[in-house]
Amino acid sequence: MTAALIGLPLLGATLLLLGGRRTNTWGHFLAVAMSASSFFVGVALYIQMLGRSAEERAVGQHLFDWIAVGTFNVPFGLHLDQLSMCFVLLITGVGTLIHIYSIGYMEHDPNRRRFFAYLNLFVAAMLLLVLADNYLLLYVGWEGVGLASYLLISFWQHKPSAAVAGKKAFIVNRVGDVGLSLAVMLMFTTLGTVTFQGVADAAGQGPSLKITLIGFALLLAACGKSAQFPLQSWLLDAMEGPTPVSALIHAATMVTAGVYLIIRAHAIFDLSQDARTAVVVIGAITLLLGAFIGTAKDDIKKGLAGSTMSQIGYMILAAGLGPVGYVFAIFHLLTHGLFKAGLFLGAGSVMHGMHDDVNMRHYGALRTSMKITYATFGLGFLAIIGIPPFAGFWSKDEIISAAFGQNYLVGLATLIGAGVTAFYMTRMMAMTFFGESRWEDGVHPHESSTVMTAPMMILAVGSVFGGLLLKFVGDIEAWLEPVTGVAHPTHPISAAVLIPVTLLVVASGAGYAWTKYAQRPVPVVAPTDVSILTRAARADAYGDAINEAVFMRPGLHLTRALTWFDAKGIDGTIGGVSAAIGGLSARARRLQNGYTRSYALTMLGGAALIAFVLLLARL
Amino acid sequence: MNPNYYIALAGILFTIGALGVLIRRNAIIVFMSVEMMLNAANLAFVAAARETGTLDGQVAAFFVMVVAAAEVVVGLAIIVTIFRSRRSASIDEPSLLKY
Repeated sequence: MTAALIGLPLLGATLLLLGGRRTNTWGHFLAVAMSASSFFVGVALYIQMLGRSAEERAVGQHLFDWIAVGTFNVPFGLHLDQLSMCFVLLITGVGTLIHIYSIGYMEHDPNRRRFFAYLNLFVAAMLLLVLADNYLLLYVGWEGVGLASYLLISFWQHKPSAAVAGKKAFIVNRVGDVGLSLAVMLMFTTLGTVTFQGVADAAGQGPSLKITLIGFALLLAACGKSAQFPLQSWLLDAMEGPTPVSALIHAATMVTAGVYLIIRAHAIFDLSQDARTAVVVIGAITLLLGAFIGTAKDDIKKGLAGSTMSQIGYMILAAGLGPVGYVFAIFHLLTHGLFKAGLFLGAGSVMHGMHDDVNMRHYGALRTSMKITYATFGLGFLAIIGIPPFAGFWSKDEIISAAFGQNYLVGLATLIGAGVTAFYMTRMMAMTFFGESRWEDGVHPHESSTVMTAPMMILAVGSVFGGLLLKFVGDIEAWLEPVTGVAHPTHPISAAVLIPVTLLVVASGAGYAWTKYAQRPVPVVAPTDVSILTRAARADAYGDAINEAVFMRPGLHLTRALTWFDAKGIDGTIGGVSAAIGGLSARARRLQNGYTRSYALTMLGGAALIAFVLLLARL
Repeated sequence: MNPNYYIALAGILFTIGALGVLIRRNAIIVFMSVEMMLNAANLAFVAAARETGTLDGQVAAFFVMVVAAAEVVVGLAIIVTIFRSRRSASIDEPSLLKY
């Protein structure tokens, strides 16, 4: 039953990729059907799981022995517990909605079948990632989603920018993947096992230094996949892919795999205070950096990408807080998956109506011509900035509260992040839907078709009620407790103080943006006489420049030096020796001139020499 | 008679033959020069045999004659064949077998 979750979308991808052009007419329906049936299987499993008591909810399924070499045994086994279940429902649910949306969004694309095949491949790989019962199988899913992400970012590979963005995402992710492979190898050498259960049981006996190292390696992996500092640079470029891809892979699901990894490996992080501190620091830096970048972007998708970085920073930070934060990291991950997917689909709908223009300076006053998009985007906006009772409020507030429980500096970072989030989201809202229309000539905004607006509406409902449902109906804290362990949170600041303060910060951020971008006209061309901070944010906080200066240039010089040494040093020596031998033999060959008399002379000379030597010997 | 005269004559004949091989261009003349070198050697053998009073040198001279006869048969055949195909008996012209 669990295997069917992965098998259905994988079957869809296989059929569509092998079926070729004859599946063009109905391929997208097959993909939607596979994704939806996987969702229904997930729901059925969820209902089954609800029927069991908390201790018996986790089920394993051993499919076959994958690798068995000496003491190294890796089963191909699936493990469905409460944590995996959250992800299964998020991936298949949001995934199916985005599949449906894509039918409309990709309607005129000649490669629509291939697009749906990749989407199904992604869903299958992501499900394998969250259902694996050992780190090596998780790695397979991890690479699978990386492949799907690469294929989908560079889906429009006729655009050089998209092709380059795909490669960039792949290469930066590779840096993180090195971390995951190091972690798996360290687990095997230190603990002798790579299964989740085995690692969790054996971690307590492992040397603490090795455990900390495993923690750091896992953090590196999470940084790569979840676009955390310092491996964040690929996510903004990944927006070159079609918008449904940005919504599904680069907002709702794949980029949160790092959070999943850290929480899945919580046995490691529970033991290492240093690794947890590093996780918190990375999360805090990224949540501020992403929000900072989001404030200055005119490209609506890149603004949302900065926001995604920032929100995942919140999750990573919460995951680093230890048992008090794990639940809230997952809680925020789920609500974020709902509202951010909705926001991205809304952005896609706006782009659809604006001739694929992504520059918000060419938008304005769209609330009248795109009413449904305005409403759904607006609800997502209220959810992300954390206005009660919308989804984001419940999860983000818990993280801020838990962060203050850990450390005031960390708490302050999350509080500032909330204010900046309100600023950039209000700016986005104001520039897109309010103010004067700044449309370019020949652009007539119109509402998208129902096949696109329906998923947006469902996600908007999720943005409104998702938090409430998860907290009060699903009772996520009790639900996840068997996986994440019991927490004893300390709240130095009571909720009665913290919630009003947070709301005040949010309101001031939003209000400042409103006066700046809604009440004053927005220039159509981005002003150039701006502060140094704005310039830094526009340049993605110089992430690419730093990468180029620190890694790319020295690497280039190193490669050039090695190539030079290879050509001149090694090839030069080998080539020189062979050229010398060749030249000598060419000269020696000339001795064979074909004239009988010269051979005769040689013979005579030789005979004379022998006679001379004999005579000398005689004397 | 002093056997040294025979040895000196043999040396002169051998030198003339060797120079003929090295200098002349006509294959027949070169061939004759080779024969002259062989006969110079024969003369030396026979003179030495007479001097020592043994038959070894005489026998060696017979062997050289037999070898020379065989060599003449093969050599002349080659020269005639080359002459037929090239209309020349020059020894420098068939210098194709080279680098």
